[in-house]
Amino acid sequence: MSGEESVIEAEGAVPTTADEGAAAGGESVGDSPLRREDARALRGETTYTDDFGQEAAALAFVRSPHAHAEVAGIDTEAAEAIDGVVAVYTWGDLAESDAPMRLPVRTGPLDCEVPGHPVLAADRVRYDGQPVAAVVAKDRYVAADGVEAVEVEYDPLPVETDPEAAASEDAPTLFEDAPDNVAAVGELGDREATDRAFAAAEEVVSVELENNRLIPSALEPRAALAEHDRTEGFTVTMTSQSPHGHRRKLSHTLGVPERQIRVISPDVGGGFGHKGHHHPGEAMAAWAARELGESVKWTATRSANYREGAHGRDHRTTAELALDADGRFRGLRVDTHAGIGGYALGGGGAMPGWYGRLLASQYEIPAIYCRSRCVFTTTAPVHSYRGAGRPEAIYVTERLVDVAAEELGADPVELRRRNFLDPDGFPHETAVGATYDSGNYEPTLESAVDAVSGLPRGGERDDDGRLRGVGIASYVESTGGGFESGVVRVHPDGGVTVSAGTHDHGQGHGTIYAQIVADEHPVAPEEIEVVEGDTDKIPTGTGTFGSRSTVVGGNAVAESAQEVFGKAREIAAHELDADPGAVETTDSGFRVADGAGEGSDAGDQRVSFAEVADRAYGRGLPEGLSPGLEATTFYELDNTAYTFGTHAVAVAVDPETGEYEVERYVAVDDCGVRVNPRIVEGQVHGGVAQGLGQARSERATYGADGALAASTMLDYALPRASDLPDIETRAQETPSPDNELGVKGIGEGGTVAAPPALVNAVVDAVPGVDHLDMPVTAERVRTAIED
Amino acid sequence: MSEHEIAATVDGATETATVEARRLLVHALRENWGYTQPTVGCESGKCGACTVEMDGEVVKSCCVLAVQADGSEITTVGGIEGAPDGLAEVGGDDVAAADDDGFGPVQRSFHEEHGLQCGYCTPGMILRSRDLLAANPDPSREEIREGLKGNVCRCTGYENVVDAVEAAARKLEPIETDGGAPEDAVDAADGGAD
Repeated sequence: MSGEESVIEAEGAVPTTADEGAAAGGESVGDSPLRREDARALRGETTYTDDFGQEAAALAFVRSPHAHAEVAGIDTEAAEAIDGVVAVYTWGDLAESDAPMRLPVRTGPLDCEVPGHPVLAADRVRYDGQPVAAVVAKDRYVAADGVEAVEVEYDPLPVETDPEAAASEDAPTLFEDAPDNVAAVGELGDREATDRAFAAAEEVVSVELENNRLIPSALEPRAALAEHDRTEGFTVTMTSQSPHGHRRKLSHTLGVPERQIRVISPDVGGGFGHKGHHHPGEAMAAWAARELGESVKWTATRSANYREGAHGRDHRTTAELALDADGRFRGLRVDTHAGIGGYALGGGGAMPGWYGRLLASQYEIPAIYCRSRCVFTTTAPVHSYRGAGRPEAIYVTERLVDVAAEELGADPVELRRRNFLDPDGFPHETAVGATYDSGNYEPTLESAVDAVSGLPRGGERDDDGRLRGVGIASYVESTGGGFESGVVRVHPDGGVTVSAGTHDHGQGHGTIYAQIVADEHPVAPEEIEVVEGDTDKIPTGTGTFGSRSTVVGGNAVAESAQEVFGKAREIAAHELDADPGAVETTDSGFRVADGAGEGSDAGDQRVSFAEVADRAYGRGLPEGLSPGLEATTFYELDNTAYTFGTHAVAVAVDPETGEYEVERYVAVDDCGVRVNPRIVEGQVHGGVAQGLGQARSERATYGADGALAASTMLDYALPRASDLPDIETRAQETPSPDNELGVKGIGEGGTVAAPPALVNAVVDAVPGVDHLDMPVTAERVRTAIED
Repeated sequence: MSEHEIAATVDGATETATVEARRLLVHALRENWGYTQPTVGCESGKCGACTVEMDGEVVKSCCVLAVQADGSEITTVGGIEGAPDGLAEVGGDDVAAADDDGFGPVQRSFHEEHGLQCGYCTPGMILRSRDLLAANPDPSREEIREGLKGNVCRCTGYENVVDAVEAAARKLEPIETDGGAPEDAVDAADGGAD
């Protein structure tokens, strides 16, 4: 299926083979073999970090109950006296060691010099839940007793948890070098050209919105089991999406070379960004393991996990759109305050690269200017969470388009269509410097719109008295940044091991990479082993985040497979005494193609892949070939790949209570070639669910005292099975021209599209309302109707 | 803190331990006895990851003290292989028995419908789904969603989880011994025509 034909494949048309390995030799990509990852999980045989080291000492933190305070004194005596408490540490202990023990700041994009996040508070705390002291004990219960017994004296300071207010004059200052709490100002686009576009515009519309602060909430809390050996160095088994990334960060924090640290990331129970970040737990466990000469394990409680962060989003934005008399977009101006929390641990989602660069969405907008201010607040650090900047950007643009349609009396579908980029105009560089590789937007829009056509909308009341609304959101998603490693190793017996620097925690890399390699090898997918998650077993890699694994990991693996396959074919040709061009693959090896060899029995001349592998290790190589049959590729794209689509939502609002039901949800996505359509569909479902969570119920709310109110799963409203609608998926495939596989990432599209689609639908249903902030709760809807 | 001797049967094996009164059953299972199938997501009964069967009832093992489990019979997802128990009453022994992969019909359906991603919630989901189907062999999608609301999954959006429970219900349709279509039902129990 090609993008040009724009065939939309509906749910249910996804081909599935119930058995792995049904397709070999070039037919695996595009098929949906059942996941090889499933069996262990279904039997409960998975091994997550906390399953290891049951005998290890347990580490727990004393956490600040204040959002902002001077630490005036710490008394550890009572805790140390508890039977079973091994040690109690404070910043003083860490400072006396030769380890820096400050989580590194990403100084590059900052406009100020600020210290890194101390693993234990040095003299001041800047968010509720910041670690102040560490207790190591014989088990988690005694460690909890120890935490209770540590006495800390605080001198509380004023708090400010809102990013816009924190940048105002009377807000308390968190760091001397950033007196206004503004850590960085990012500018993107052409300010003057945008001002000119607005001056010349026929219509200008604007919206003020909040992109609500979220807690990623992987079901498995973060954990780390640390061991230290004087010769081998550190071995840290931990919940990581990015084992090499964590090795590097631990190297900074502990002050030891990377080669002295092995990071193992076993099965991981969901990531969504926050298991890519560096937190105090893993560093403290490693430091204590070396100090004590014994294994130390830290497993966060749910509440600790929530209070410590990292959180996501937290933007306050004013945005304006300039249009000409024909309803064409002429300019977009965006001003954002992005909360980054009490320490600068990245704030990646707020910086222009991820945020501003997606603001053009699917439209031709000649002039764009975006200013984003990253603001310190007395809250947990904010970092990238599923989507990371892209949901924030698309939410701005897609809300603005609906506001424009309402104010101009235009059809929001028609307004989008009129401003779409020309499908023949790719690659396309936007006014904010993103270069879209390929796209064909209208068919995905038509498909989504078609699904909700005929449904009541615009506040129409049905027989049940409920107000009906329909909303759509079109989006683009930048996927596949950075380099990745991919290794294909053929063993002398013909077995194949594939490894990559990415990390699977639900995405099905084992299944997908085996499919990709099977397409290049005369080996069935189930014969191919896939290894990830151990810095000692795989070459340096980057990890799994930003919808990147299939794009860069998949292509790295594919390139290595091609290299290995080419060599195997040469060896096979030598064995068969034929020209390499005359050799073709079979299910399990090579043969001379019909009509290519001598005599009529050419097709019967065969050599198995196992024999070829055996020859590759020095027993019968053709002249000029060196032994070995493996390849390593470090793969990087010059540009990222741009996934896109349109999602449509239909809602029914009860005007008496403000409660509303999502009656229909249709996701139409185009992520280029789908290696495994069933897995793609699963990624869409999960992304949409998290997007609907943001839109409808989730908000990491801080109280006036700066304490996180949403600090447990009772208070933080994750969507449950009974909260979500059925999610219908449809797919289009417009291959990326920039990578061999033609793939684009799909992990985050749902989190990008669902929030604006849902909000647009509810706003459509409620007469006289032009905007509702997320989460769109029944209370907010009811209040809007009353007003 | 007072300590107590406890004994329980876990997945058919007799386990004993001396535990403090405050110790949670999930920690006894995981740390004293090595049954890591129940995972821990919230320690407060909100997520269902630690779900196990205790004396035939599905419980969240973070909300049960280990001492309360003294003398009980506990089944984790690791113990349901070939254990027809509750589901036998629904579909009969043949249907509930494990297939070649050691999967029962609910596990098989989660596999076929892509009803899991990271796997952390899966042991709890499987046990909760079995319980749901034992009580209601022919649930609507709404009833399935309602029945699973105590179990959080952050990966799948529940779409394929609901599909999986529906598919399992079809596999478990009672086998009719006279008339009906017994062969179809047996095929379905084996995972259909794969």
